[in-house]
Amino acid sequence: MPLLRRILVRLATGALVMWLSVTVAFLALHALPGHIEDVLAGDMNYPGLHEAIAQEWGLNRSLPVQYADFVGKIATGDLGTSYVMRAKVSEVIASQILPTVELALLAGIIAAAIATALAVATSGRGEIPRSIASTLEMVLTSSPVFWIGFLLLMLFSFQLKLFPVSGGDGWRAIVLPAITLALPTSGLLAQVLREAMERALEQPFAVTIRSRGVGETAIRFRHMLRHALLPAMTLGGWLVGGLLGGAVITEKVFGRPGLGSLTLSAVTSQDVPVVLAVVLLAAFTHVAISTLLDIAYVLVDPRLRSQ
Amino acid sequence: MSDVQHGLTVDALAPTRPTATQRGLRWRPPLSAAVIAALAFVVLLCIAVAAPQSISFYDPLRGNFLQSLQPPSAAHWFGTDRLGRDVLSRVVYGARYSLLIGVSAMLISVAGGVVLGVFAGLRNRFVDEAISRVFDVLSAFPSVLLALLVVVFLGASMVNVAIAIGLSGIPKFGRVVRARARLVREADYVTHAFIYGRTRASVFVRHLLPNVLTAVPVIATLDIGTAILAVSALSFLGLGPQPPTPEWGVMLAESRDVLRVAWWPSVFPGLALTATVIAFTLIGRALQAHFERRAR
Repeated sequence: MPLLRRILVRLATGALVMWLSVTVAFLALHALPGHIEDVLAGDMNYPGLHEAIAQEWGLNRSLPVQYADFVGKIATGDLGTSYVMRAKVSEVIASQILPTVELALLAGIIAAAIATALAVATSGRGEIPRSIASTLEMVLTSSPVFWIGFLLLMLFSFQLKLFPVSGGDGWRAIVLPAITLALPTSGLLAQVLREAMERALEQPFAVTIRSRGVGETAIRFRHMLRHALLPAMTLGGWLVGGLLGGAVITEKVFGRPGLGSLTLSAVTSQDVPVVLAVVLLAAFTHVAISTLLDIAYVLVDPRLRSQ
Repeated sequence: MSDVQHGLTVDALAPTRPTATQRGLRWRPPLSAAVIAALAFVVLLCIAVAAPQSISFYDPLRGNFLQSLQPPSAAHWFGTDRLGRDVLSRVVYGARYSLLIGVSAMLISVAGGVVLGVFAGLRNRFVDEAISRVFDVLSAFPSVLLALLVVVFLGASMVNVAIAIGLSGIPKFGRVVRARARLVREADYVTHAFIYGRTRASVFVRHLLPNVLTAVPVIATLDIGTAILAVSALSFLGLGPQPPTPEWGVMLAESRDVLRVAWWPSVFPGLALTATVIAFTLIGRALQAHFERRAR
């Protein structure tokens, strides 16, 4: 049964990518002997401190033993204990994941809305709308995320005082971060969507639909969008993975709690179990999205079903 | 009446000669105004990298506290920052860091991508599988996370930032080169070269590599912009060059504290960054269009 086979291959490759990612990260973090103890000890130093730290976290064992222990625990769903926060990693992640998922979801929706509006309004409508759109897309994709955040802060928080400068409480606090994260993404998405729509508009079926008297905007919304969706979905899936990276920066600009802030602090304080958990989560997201995309392609494009 | 109608129908059905525009014959300038502007900007950047003192009047590191946070004026075109340093001079000197780190990162991606991609595209299935999984793993990490790991592992410095960004760009080049190598190895001219008795090494160097590498310059040019953006993000997070280095990302990070009172310390470095990225993107696209036209 080819479908079952394909699903199994997909799952196996996904598991392999996750295992490889976390292994590479594990080896990189443990490659320098004594390094983790040095960072954990910080400025403190007295005889026996490093040994005590190593003893507490089992860092004095040989690397293969530590690795086997780590993999064994992950297999049973235990992500370990944070070196720095001294709490279960699963709880630390669970407490920080919601703000980031909210942020990423909202940013994704805003980006998709902007991209769709831009593509519907400007695809195949002559030179001037096209050059306006492509200039806008170029500026959006070429600006650093944090700089966009600064500009929005200056305009909406300091000048107009519409939104708070930082923090993570209330719906007002999420507006600017979400727009910040959405704008570069929307530029890329709009580019792909518009080009795909223009290609679809040249197809013979576009003439058929026009001959039925369907209006220019309706034809784009009802017919062209669906055709343009396939390439946009590929890019969109890739961008969702990038949103986590973007969240690190956006959360820093706006002083928001979340997975991005957690990652940044865990990486700089060598909180190995937390870093590995984030790596695992990122790899899982990547694998899950590419799998979901494969299913979504078939839903969007009936032509792929027969194959 | 019917005549007119008839005439109209015939007219509508008659095969019209395609206009010059439709046949793609309309005269187009070889370079658009935007690309010329982009090239000029890159030349300006190169001057800023090679001889920053020739286009700025102040020391980028020495400030004058009495002159702190001055708005743009005739003396200080871009104003002064919190420590009274001239923002224009810092932006000009900053080109050196952003450009050099960005270009080195791109070169690392190209080198890694070409080597791995050629091997994956030529060698047996197992090598191909192994290298393709390496690409999968590299792209499974969000590039910021990968860069964070590399920088923390190696320490925060300009070289390490270049390595970090360069590593995360490897799959992009690797996948293109691999696909190209698989195409080229099946090409007739390669088969012919073997029939003429050329050795594997000679075919590789004289026929395969040159044809595989044609895919690289366009992506490389486009990648400079991406790399410069990524570099600025890492230095903004404090993982790259450290203050008081006049790197654009560092300048932006420093300007965060005075955002409420002064727009110029953050607007100008950001503009410089954006303009640089746009310039490389425009040039990259022009190259792309040029090669595509030539291929046809």
